[in-house]
Amino acid sequence: MNVHDALFWTFSIAMLLCGVAVIANRNPVTSAMFLVLLLVCMAGLFVLLEAFFLAAIQVLVYAGAVMVLFLFVIMLLDIKAATKRRIRSVAAVGGFGIAGVFAWELWTILQEPVVSAVRGPADFGSGFESVLKPLFTRYMLPFEITGLLLLVAMIGVVLLSKKDLR
Amino acid sequence: MTSALTLDHYLIVSGFLFALGMAGVVVRRNALVIFMALEMNLNAANLALVAFSKFNKIVDGQVFAFFIIAIAAAEVAVGLAIIVALYRRKQTVNVDELNSMRR
Repeated sequence: MNVHDALFWTFSIAMLLCGVAVIANRNPVTSAMFLVLLLVCMAGLFVLLEAFFLAAIQVLVYAGAVMVLFLFVIMLLDIKAATKRRIRSVAAVGGFGIAGVFAWELWTILQEPVVSAVRGPADFGSGFESVLKPLFTRYMLPFEITGLLLLVAMIGVVLLSKKDLR
Repeated sequence: MTSALTLDHYLIVSGFLFALGMAGVVVRRNALVIFMALEMNLNAANLALVAFSKFNKIVDGQVFAFFIIAIAAAEVAVGLAIIVALYRRKQTVNVDELNSMRR
């Protein structure tokens, strides 16, 4: 096992454990902290996939901006830790049944031989340029629309945060 | 450097993360934690897209993941504003207590 594989397993297992911690913790602040860790592990996986630009964006936007927003709102609202709830046995049986069906389905798919599909140009770069160039050529219109969407979201948030909506 | 990892490895991790996010949405009752679980779902989709992009040697997957991150940021801002507005009105973020549309 080389370094690449070892890092993949480390990041993947750490990420899934963080995912369990996010949904299992009673305290929302602890959940948010584990989500930050999960996002950093995901950035590590992006680096392994040679998506360096996305890894940087992941840490900056997600682990930085989005999670700060989450923590800010949690602190603002002063939420108490969740209390223990009763689990309905019918729902639990149904849920595990469906999960079992999907697990069996995954298992049957994994029995199929691996198809190594390598298409596309051979000069597939991993630098910033190869990712950023399509943004300003082929995906110019979606890129501009994303900018508009961010503006709309900003106006919407300002409107939603007003004291009396009229 | 040869690696034993295939596309399947990444897709299975992505699938597990998506399942965890889905479970969080179904199980938890705190609107903020449900929102965090939704972010996990979006990240699982991103991982699948980037893995496809790498193994098919097409850069478009990474561009899509970039758009997903941008839209997730907008979505988080609007969603949290809605949760804050909701808390201001109802003094709770427990989704079991927010049933005024059912009556």
